[in-house]
Amino acid sequence: MSEAQPLLEVTDLVKHYPVRGGVLRRQVGTVHAVDGVSFSLAPGETLGLVGESGCGKSTVARSVLRLVEPSSGEIRLNGEAITRLSKSELRPYRRSMQIVFQDPFASLNPRMTAGDIVGEPLTVHGLASGERKQERVAELFQQVGLRPDQMKNYPHQFSGGQRQRICIARALSLGPSLIVCDEPVSALDVSIQAQVINLLIDLQRQRNFSYLFIAHDLAVVAHISHRVAVMYLGRIVEISDKAELFANPRHPYTQALLASVPVANPRIRRLTPLVEGDVPSPINPPSGCAFHTRCRYAMDRCKLERPPLVEASAGHQVACWLNDGTGRANTNP
Amino acid sequence: MSGASKAEAVLEVRNLKTVFFTNSGLFRAVDDVSFSVRRGETLAIVGESGCGKSVTALSVMRLVPDPPGKIVGGEIILEGKNLLALDDEAMRKIRGNRISMIFQEPMTSLNPVMRIGDQITEALRLHQDISGKDAWKQAVDMLRLVRIPEPERRAQEYPHQLSGGMRQRAMIAMALACRPTLLIADEPTTALDVTIQAQILALMVDLQKKLGTGLILITHDLGVVAQTAQRVIVMYAGRKVEEASVEALFENPLHPYTRGLMASIPAVPSLDAKADARLVEIPGMVPSLTKLPTGCAFAPRCRFAVPRCREEYPPLGDFGGRHLAACWRAGEMAEAS
Repeated sequence: MSEAQPLLEVTDLVKHYPVRGGVLRRQVGTVHAVDGVSFSLAPGETLGLVGESGCGKSTVARSVLRLVEPSSGEIRLNGEAITRLSKSELRPYRRSMQIVFQDPFASLNPRMTAGDIVGEPLTVHGLASGERKQERVAELFQQVGLRPDQMKNYPHQFSGGQRQRICIARALSLGPSLIVCDEPVSALDVSIQAQVINLLIDLQRQRNFSYLFIAHDLAVVAHISHRVAVMYLGRIVEISDKAELFANPRHPYTQALLASVPVANPRIRRLTPLVEGDVPSPINPPSGCAFHTRCRYAMDRCKLERPPLVEASAGHQVACWLNDGTGRANTNP
Repeated sequence: MSGASKAEAVLEVRNLKTVFFTNSGLFRAVDDVSFSVRRGETLAIVGESGCGKSVTALSVMRLVPDPPGKIVGGEIILEGKNLLALDDEAMRKIRGNRISMIFQEPMTSLNPVMRIGDQITEALRLHQDISGKDAWKQAVDMLRLVRIPEPERRAQEYPHQLSGGMRQRAMIAMALACRPTLLIADEPTTALDVTIQAQILALMVDLQKKLGTGLILITHDLGVVAQTAQRVIVMYAGRKVEEASVEALFENPLHPYTRGLMASIPAVPSLDAKADARLVEIPGMVPSLTKLPTGCAFAPRCRFAVPRCREEYPPLGDFGGRHLAACWRAGEMAEAS
């Protein structure tokens, strides 16, 4: 990221939602969905965003595309700030950013044929029509592993995995440089999941675009990503190169998350949960480090001061007072 | 109950057949499936959507919606009694009492307008002759047993006031309130976050040990299977294709479908893992149950298929130590490893 210009740069992204109550619908609180998130994404790179429900990962994804308006912060695409552009100014940038959603049943119009769905972005952006559009769509179908003769079928005639392929073809149609994938395989069966992950990997190798890949399944994220960011209650608590993160997790939350994944090996049984309790509400997140209420290593300082995200080793950033650069070793369980 | 016979099998299912009559024809959701669960044992049933794992569970509970579904064959023997021979009244006395079930989404299986304590009390008083006051006390004890903090206060609350993990704990408390011999858990942690999943699985295994309950765990997650089960059956398109002890299954899977499943799950990577290695995939998709191929249902997706696989359905063979597989080539697989 340091060498070339990043494709995507997110700085201090904040998204707050008001909570209203009472007869006058007065604001009674604020949901801190995203609370100061910064990261960058290089061309051709995949950044995985993991975290549990309510950690703000989907809000980050949607803010990047401006499908939700960020409360503050800056988003740069190829060096250009897109945060404050108007709808029409934003349009040319939309071509280079696409999204694939979790539920391929809800994200396809049931009254349109698969071919029309994939071709629609080409029409909207005035890129192709008639014969040329059909050819282009047929090509896209082949690239995602569907047969061109399926173009005339409707979404309900496809299986879940095939529908996700249609969504991917639609995302590819404009030749984007960034594809945001929001839980793209969570709704699919295991054997189909592998097919879709492989397709995403193959497409990236051919076309060199970047993925911002959001999922709650650590193994899936780990598999497809080059770098991984772990989120907790609206903040990134750790971000690193994938191999380094899994070999040497520094944040107690990352450690707990990794230890919670059930290992597919009956000889390694470790059913001892590392964190107790539930994720606190993002309406009144805990003071200081938001994880301190569940952290085994929490100190007084953690309750008072919010730890900044600092470099713990090259390319490995962590927001934890145990890793504050004072040379203290990280506490591995 | 004379539980001593047959190594204390609490449940024996023999040749279960459950079919559904639909507009597009009859399909066999569960086709000739047999298994048993012993006291204190966890049996995992694994497979993808539509493989018949949930219908198997509903059949044991006799909760298959009729019509369109119907149990057309086999025996379900719980503590020596054939459940298929019981009338509805007798079955009601067993459900929630001797067998309980918990589901994936606790919010849809709890009554939203009833206090948690009342829901557990209701289950207790339906099956036991106790006063309301004693039942409430027992309900609070159950909530304490599933490690819900402040159980007295929580018993007074409604389901929406609890988090997802707490709701699933309340479900477990309710299911275990009458101390059933068999608990069926259908994807109990699928809707939960991974740190909460770890808590719930640990709790279930711990309680099972304490109470000696037999457990049928239905899941698609091989990691969950490896962490909890003693025996495993793998289902595909309504049939049992493999059964083994959890160690044997993971060390030496004999059915190509089981092998495919294991290869297609991404593992948490090690340092030397390649950044973006491809996963092993099973080509194609699960066949529709109304249009099953003749012969082995997995043959169209199987790399090892030979002509015979497309003609004859392979019988379940025992490949040593009660490791069963229904595959014409399982013998070669067993030798090769």
